[in-house]
Amino acid sequence: MQRYFLSKLGQSILLLFGVLLLVFAMVRVTGDPATLMMSRQASPEDMEEFRERMGFNDPLLVQFGRFMSGAIVGDFGNSLHFKTPAMPMVLDRLPATLQLAFTALVFAVVIGVPLGLIGGFNPGSYIDNIARGLALLGQSVPNFWLALIMILYFAVELRWFPSFGRDEWKSVVMPAFVLGLPVMGQIVRMARSSVLEIRGEDYIRTARSKGLERRTIYTKHVFRNVAIPLVSVIGVQFGYMLGGSIYIEAIFAWPGMGQLLEQSIGWRDFPLVQALAVFTAVVVLALNLLTDMTYAFIDPRIRYGK
Amino acid sequence: MENKPQITRSAAGASADSLLDVDQTYREQAAYYGRFLWRDKSGIIGLIMFLTVVFAAVFAPWIAPYDPLEQNLRESKVPPVWQAEGSWDHILGTDNLGRDIFSRLIYGARVSLTVAFFGVLIAASLGLIIGSIAGYMGGRIDSVIMNFINLILSLPYLLFVVFIAAILGRSLINVILIFGITDSPIFARVTRGEVLRMRQSGYVESAISAGARWPRIIFDHITPNLIGPLITLATFEMSAMIFYEAGLGFLGLSVPPSVPSWGNMLAAGRKYLQCCPWIAGAPGLAIMFTSMGMNLLGDWLRDVLDPRLRRSRK
Repeated sequence: MQRYFLSKLGQSILLLFGVLLLVFAMVRVTGDPATLMMSRQASPEDMEEFRERMGFNDPLLVQFGRFMSGAIVGDFGNSLHFKTPAMPMVLDRLPATLQLAFTALVFAVVIGVPLGLIGGFNPGSYIDNIARGLALLGQSVPNFWLALIMILYFAVELRWFPSFGRDEWKSVVMPAFVLGLPVMGQIVRMARSSVLEIRGEDYIRTARSKGLERRTIYTKHVFRNVAIPLVSVIGVQFGYMLGGSIYIEAIFAWPGMGQLLEQSIGWRDFPLVQALAVFTAVVVLALNLLTDMTYAFIDPRIRYGK
Repeated sequence: MENKPQITRSAAGASADSLLDVDQTYREQAAYYGRFLWRDKSGIIGLIMFLTVVFAAVFAPWIAPYDPLEQNLRESKVPPVWQAEGSWDHILGTDNLGRDIFSRLIYGARVSLTVAFFGVLIAASLGLIIGSIAGYMGGRIDSVIMNFINLILSLPYLLFVVFIAAILGRSLINVILIFGITDSPIFARVTRGEVLRMRQSGYVESAISAGARWPRIIFDHITPNLIGPLITLATFEMSAMIFYEAGLGFLGLSVPPSVPSWGNMLAAGRKYLQCCPWIAGAPGLAIMFTSMGMNLLGDWLRDVLDPRLRRSRK
């Protein structure tokens, strides 16, 4: 167990290093980071001054060393737009994003898991058809588009929910619904197909033939095995929502990290973009570690394996 | 997907599924798949939806009533035909610059399908190479590659796509390359799983003991059996790429603004949401239509190409 955890931790740290390298290299891949970050009207003197100030004239290795030593203590330099350190601004936005992603996840799990389980136990029933239809819809509707339609209908026409911002509890309803819908589809599909698959396993037949009660079979044998793929889907999806709420936050002007990312790309504020990318990666990697732990907790094969 | 054994053509002799016999000719097999498609109506619907989009994309210049770039400010913001002020001249209305939305939708299908097709082509080729190496070599190389791939897949995908797209700038080639490269780990993982399983299966072992060399094993025995799962995955990934391309376009990071793509249309329509909802409405429905068709098709392909799943569905 300890070894399993340590190896996962080591891998995550290695990947984080890879992310830092990528984030460092991408900004320089076009050749001149100054033209990337400065407006087109900037004079050559301004450009040169900017290069000098940002240290882009130093050898690449020196730049990388400076970047890494800053990154370790969470220093990604100043935001070009706000002229203040980038990382604290990212941290400021974290609660809003977490709130949105968490609400969306709760919605997706509370609706998706029961629907998927019922569908899997009664394939072909009308609940199953509803579940499959919803899953297909959740996967096919572009959620940034659905967000626009919902604003038009529920905010502008009916005035049920505010169309943007994060001022009252009602603000979170629409963005969370839109963000959670595709995740719900995923969960329904995963739960349904795992139940179907596990129901056909030999150990279920054995359990049935030795006269176990249906309820015991479900709780002891089926649910426990369905939980493994479900936990992994939920963990992965939560990570996706943290990084993928860009559209939703931008559309609903939700003051989270996604909105900041959209804005900072518009401002060509790449120090801020770098800080956002690295920080989101850290959060997601931590989340994955947590998922792996839950895995080991549910599945003894992992716990007692090497 | 990883732990579902494939019972495909060459392995079918050992399985109880008498419908897929080794001696079956390709024609019989095709007829069999056809029957299966007919029984699964949602598969047919998906196929028709997908083919409609392909048809629109291929024959765009003949179908589209207008030039998708032609502006006509006198006829801007005309609503679609079913609204009071709409007319048959512009079935789906016009946008803020008076461009015909129906024509733009049809040309937009070209962009979406081009990105999806070439993106998946690159991703599948890269994934096939990496995955086969991992699966065939096994041991340490395999575990290093796979650990790395699983970690990459766990990163917030969209965030990095947006980040990279913002730096590289708007062009069709860039979008295809970004999706092609970032999507390859998924293909590598599936390929590796299949190769690993086939290596342990009886027929590859018997081929090795019969003295077959590795090119023959890879091309004659392993590749044909990889096609099924990869085609299924490709369908789902193409649908995902159409989504992501539109999403990037929505943020203004996909193809240049002059190109009529669904994402660009959405981005433009967003500003006129209140006065003219049809501008953003049409491309959204087009994305939904395409994506739904491909998802249905993918589900069907998975059922057909994976006999084990097929049985459990009954």
